[in-house]
Amino acid sequence: MTEFSKLSISSAIKGLNNKDFTSVELTQYYIEKIQENSNLNCFITPTFETALEMAKKSDENITKKKQRSLEGIPIGMKDLFCTNGTRTTAGSKILENFIPFYESTVSENLWNSGAIMLGKTNMDEFAMGSANTTSFFGNVINPLNPKSSKNSELVPGGSSGGSASAVCSGLCMGATGSDTGGSIRQPASFCGIVGLKPTYGRCSRFGMIAFASSLDQAGPITKTVEDSALMLQSMASFDQKDSTSSRKKIPNFLDFKNIEIKGKKIGIPKEYLIDGLNSEIRRVWDQGVNWFKSEGAEIVDISLPHTNSALPAYYIIAPAEASANLARYDGIRYGFRENEKDIKELYEKTRGKGFGKEVKRRLMIGTYVLSAGYYDAYYLKALKVRKLISNDFEEVFKSCDLILTPTTPNVAFPIGEKQTDPIEMYLNDVLTVPASLAGLPAISVPSGFNDEMLPIGLQIIGRPFDEISVLSAGSMIERLRGF
Amino acid sequence: MSIDNSTVKKVASLARIEIKSDEEDTLIKELNNIILWVDELQKVNTDKVDPMLSVFNESMPMRQDIAKSNYSNKLIMKNSPKSNSGFFVVPKVVE
Repeated sequence: MTEFSKLSISSAIKGLNNKDFTSVELTQYYIEKIQENSNLNCFITPTFETALEMAKKSDENITKKKQRSLEGIPIGMKDLFCTNGTRTTAGSKILENFIPFYESTVSENLWNSGAIMLGKTNMDEFAMGSANTTSFFGNVINPLNPKSSKNSELVPGGSSGGSASAVCSGLCMGATGSDTGGSIRQPASFCGIVGLKPTYGRCSRFGMIAFASSLDQAGPITKTVEDSALMLQSMASFDQKDSTSSRKKIPNFLDFKNIEIKGKKIGIPKEYLIDGLNSEIRRVWDQGVNWFKSEGAEIVDISLPHTNSALPAYYIIAPAEASANLARYDGIRYGFRENEKDIKELYEKTRGKGFGKEVKRRLMIGTYVLSAGYYDAYYLKALKVRKLISNDFEEVFKSCDLILTPTTPNVAFPIGEKQTDPIEMYLNDVLTVPASLAGLPAISVPSGFNDEMLPIGLQIIGRPFDEISVLSAGSMIERLRGF
Repeated sequence: MSIDNSTVKKVASLARIEIKSDEEDTLIKELNNIILWVDELQKVNTDKVDPMLSVFNESMPMRQDIAKSNYSNKLIMKNSPKSNSGFFVVPKVVE
């Protein structure tokens, strides 16, 4: 009997093809796990019936030796990806009853590869949050606890908190996430798993509920780096339905195994040594540098001088784009509606009641920075700063191949913390946002623990469309970290 | 204070979001803190820097303007909170 809890996606694929177990057995196992752990609140909408039907089909394909790349692998789908016939809420009251009649390209690609949908995972409302505490469907709980206070409930990070917590607690083999300013990497770091944000344009945004369109990018959340490559392979595609979907050739991401770290130049940006960087995270970062040295990589000190401006620029650009994107939620064509006699009142009451506090805050900021008299001072200024940040990266990639940094300034914190001052919550993403603004691929890989045995992730940032090198470096950490 | 009572009312109206009077004071404080914080950017020299709207730098080829999806009216209306005879129903907007 195979121990399902220990299986990675790659080992499960072998087991399924060897007929050690069936996809229905595997799926049944995960359904039970989700039911047993409903207290973690990882799923907004479980889809167990669909999952079992899909698993049955997968078992038939395996018997007929017609298996596809992820045949029979049960995954979680972030509730930001529209799924045909299955409720898709983006964690918001305003979409509480929304049932799409079309499928997002990323989810369609995954189903076409044989993956199985266990359910739609919980998330911060419209992906706005870093702790999964803004969902209309309640907080997600991190399954990990500090060593000294086992009863303390920690946040899983956000916005892909449901996906991260589910993968960490073994409720699915992998899950999709979306990353606008760190929403894949930060929760992966908080939960001790692997999160990859691909290059902007690698995965189609069609059918992904939009937050900030120039930043949003889908990516996998998995237990291992190899699983990350496997899932990304299915998720990535050129798509005519997304005007910023890349036509660049999609490599075989598993080729990361053939990329040598020896001789690679690893940049260490001094600006990432921020005030408030936890000393234990600093120690793991230093350890990471030593791992690369021991593998024959060359360490290069680099400077990304506009790093400090990245977060403020992000908190102008992302809310501005969100205020335009979320204008569609008007209570007329779908979603929640507050009935009123006057149309403007209908809009205002619908949106006032349908959106949560954080979303309203960001829509107000976004509307303000785009409004007459402030557009140049805030929005245009932020776009220029974005260019400077992007130029910084372009410049350093002339002298290094990859950049190594911590993923987050701190480890997972207790639920309820950082709730009074929004900026304190925003600072969670200070180390992930720069790569987002520059559209670069970046991975978070578990690399160590603090004294409380809470995981610490390191982030590796690569050149545009060089996910393979990023994966290769991630896999090196996996090999050397000793757990 | 760059954002005062009347600014919040104006912005909320532009964003079509009802702000309850008991939410107003907290919101004004929070928005001011955020604006004060992002104001840091004014210190950055951006002379002769072009604004960057997107990192995407591939050309966007033209395609034939042919409708490909054929969703039925019934399907589209299914999510509508209020509809009648295949139309969305809204409050009267013309006198």
